Amino acid sequence: MSKQEQHWEKTRNLLFITLAIWFVFSIGIFLFGAEMQESSIKPFGYPLTYWFTCQGSLAIFVILIFWFAGRQEKIDDEFGFSEREGDK
Amino acid sequence: MIKGKFIDNLPKVYGIYTGGFLVFIILMAIAEQAGMSAKLIGIFFVAFTVLIYALIGWLSRTLQVDAYYVAGRQVPTVFNGMATAADWMSGASFVAMAGGIYFKGYGYMALLVGWTGGYVLVASLLAPYLRKFGCYTVPDFIGTRYGGNLARFSAVIVLTVASFTYVTAQINATGTIASVALDIPFGIAVYVGLASILMCSMLGGMRAVTWTQVAQYIVLIIAYLLPVFWISSKLGAGFFPHFMLADEVARIAELEGQFGFVKNSAADLATVPKGLAGITKAHSSVNATPWAFISLAVCMMAGTASLPHVMMRYFTTPSVRTARRSVGWSLFFIFLLYSSAPMLATLSKLSLIDPTLPTGIIGKTIAEVQAIDWYQNWNQANLMFISDFNGNGTLELNEFFMGGKAVVLATPEIAGLPYVISGLVAAGGMAAAMSTADGLVLAISNALSHDIYYKIINPKAETAKRLIVARVLLVLIGFAGATIAALEIQGILGSVIWAFDFAMSGLFFPLVLGVWWKRANAPGAVAGMLLGLISGTAYLIWVRSGGSGFLGITQLTFGIVGAAVSLVSMIVVSLITAAPDAATQKMVDDVRVPSGKTVLAQK
Repeated sequence: MSKQEQHWEKTRNLLFITLAIWFVFSIGIFLFGAEMQESSIKPFGYPLTYWFTCQGSLAIFVILIFWFAGRQEKIDDEFGFSEREGDK
Repeated sequence: MIKGKFIDNLPKVYGIYTGGFLVFIILMAIAEQAGMSAKLIGIFFVAFTVLIYALIGWLSRTLQVDAYYVAGRQVPTVFNGMATAADWMSGASFVAMAGGIYFKGYGYMALLVGWTGGYVLVASLLAPYLRKFGCYTVPDFIGTRYGGNLARFSAVIVLTVASFTYVTAQINATGTIASVALDIPFGIAVYVGLASILMCSMLGGMRAVTWTQVAQYIVLIIAYLLPVFWISSKLGAGFFPHFMLADEVARIAELEGQFGFVKNSAADLATVPKGLAGITKAHSSVNATPWAFISLAVCMMAGTASLPHVMMRYFTTPSVRTARRSVGWSLFFIFLLYSSAPMLATLSKLSLIDPTLPTGIIGKTIAEVQAIDWYQNWNQANLMFISDFNGNGTLELNEFFMGGKAVVLATPEIAGLPYVISGLVAAGGMAAAMSTADGLVLAISNALSHDIYYKIINPKAETAKRLIVARVLLVLIGFAGATIAALEIQGILGSVIWAFDFAMSGLFFPLVLGVWWKRANAPGAVAGMLLGLISGTAYLIWVRSGGSGFLGITQLTFGIVGAAVSLVSMIVVSLITAAPDAATQKMVDDVRVPSGKTVLAQK
C-alpha cells in the first residue's frame, strides 16, 4: 500500500470515530429523551435531557472538533503530508 | 500607535475597538442618567455601530481578485472563527431563537443541537478539503471537481435558491430593527438596512466582509451576554446563569403545574393579534417525539454543511490546518451565544410568570397590568397582549400573549434594566442580521460573477471588468432581496429553516461525495443536485398546499426528502455512466493531502 493510501485509511478511520461520537450526541441520545429526563443524573441540577440540549451536546461538539483537528494534524505529520512554508 | 502590517496587529486593533465600544456604552449610560431620551439612545446605538462597519468596509476596499473573493487567504484562525460566527448567527439566532425556546421548549431546542452539530460535519467532511482545493466559490469546487459547465451551473442554481431564501429573511430583520430603533416605516427601513449591508461589502468584497463581521461579532456577543448576566444577578438567580439556573427551571415547572395549561377557545384566540402566542408547552420537559426532534436536528446539521456562505469563510484561511482549527473556533464563538439563549428564555419566563417576583404579572388584576409602562410600550409595538377571557378580572397564564421577538427585545426592560441595554440589544440584533446578509449577498453575487460570468460567459474578461460585474451583481441582488423582504411573505425563522432544507437537498451529497467518493462523476452530481432540489421543493409545495406528507416529514424538514433523492440519484447515475478520467481521480487524491499546491493553482 502506498504512503498516500495508508494516510487516507487513517484519515478515514478518524472520520468514522469522529462521526460516531457526533452521532451519539446529536442523534443517539435523543432517541431516549423522555427516559433520560427522568434520570437521577442532573448536571448542575438541570434535568438531563434539558441540559444536553442547552449545553452538553453543544460543548461536546466544540471539544470534538478541536480533538479531531489535533488528531488529523498528527496523521498528516506522520506521513509528512503537512503543509510547509511556501505551499500556497 | 499601530505599526507594521494590519494582519499582524489584529489583536491590538480589535482590542482598541472593543474598548472603544465599551466606553461608548458607558457614555450612553451616563447620557441616559443625564436625561437623554430612550428614542435618541436607540438611534445613537444603531447609527454609531452601522457607521463604524461602513468605515471598516471603506478602509478594506480592494481592486484585487484574490482579496475580493477570498480576503487574500490570510485571515488568522481565531479571527476567521469570529467572522464565521457572525456570518452564521443571523437575525433568527439573535432575535428569534430565545423566543422560540420560550414558547416551544424542547421541540424547538433541536435547532440548538442542529445548528452546532453541523460544524462537526463541516470540520471533518468538507472545510479542510475545499480549502486545499483553492476555489473562490462553492460552485467553483463542483465545476472543477466534476467538470463541465452543467455541473457548475446546477450548483449555482441550488446556491442561489438557498441563499436567496435566507437573505430575504435577514434584510427583513435589519428592516424590522431599523424601523423600531430609528422610528421609520418598515418599507423605508428595509432599504436603510440594505444600504448599510452594501456599504460593508461592495468596495472590498470578502476582505471587507471579513473585517466588518469580526467587528459585528464583538458587538452582538456583548449585546447578548451582558443582559443575560445582568438579569440573572438582578433576579438573584446567580452571577453565572449557565451553571446556576437549575432552581429557576424547576420553579417554572412548579408554576406550570400550579397554573395548568388551559386551552383557549378558537373564538377567544381570534381576538389575539397575529403573530403573538401564549405559553402552551412545558418549559423543560421532553415534549416532542424522538423523530420530530431528530429529523429537525438532522436537517439543520446537513444544511449547515451545505450552506455556501459558511463554507466560503474557510476559503480565506492561510492553510488547510488553520481551516480545520478555524471551524473549532467558529463553533466556540457560536456556543457562547447559543448556550445563553435557553438561559435568557428561562429568566424571561420566570420574571413574567412568578407572582412572588415584583415583575411577575400572572395573578395580578388586568387593570394593574394594563397600567405598567413596559406593557403599554410593547403592546403598542404589537408584541404583547392580554385579555380577560374568563372575565374574573385576574390575569391567568392562558390570557397573556407575546411575540417571539419580545423575549430578547423586551426582557431587559421588563427586568428593569436601564434603557441603554435595550439600545445595545437593538445594535446587536442589527449586527447579527447585517453580518449574515452580507455573507449571503456576497455568496450569491460571487457565484454569479465568478462561475457564470467569468467561467462560462466570458473567460477572457480582465480583472477590472470582473470586479465591476461582481459589484453590479451585488447591488442588484441586494435590491431584489430587499424588494421581496418588503413583501413579508414568510416569517424570519421559517425562511431561515427553509434555506437549510434547500441547501441540504441540492448540495450536501454532491459536496461530500466529491471528496469522499472518487467514483462520483459529473452526470451523477448534476442528477443529485437537480433531482434533490426539485424533489425537496415539490414536497414543500405539496405539504404547503394541504398535502398530508409522509413519515412525519413537515415543511420544516423537507430537506430529508430532497437529500435522500439526491443521494440515490447521484449514486445510481454515477454508476451507470463512465468513471471519471484519470486526471480527475488524481485531483481528488491531491485534495486529500494537505501538503503541496492547491489543486486550482496546479492547473
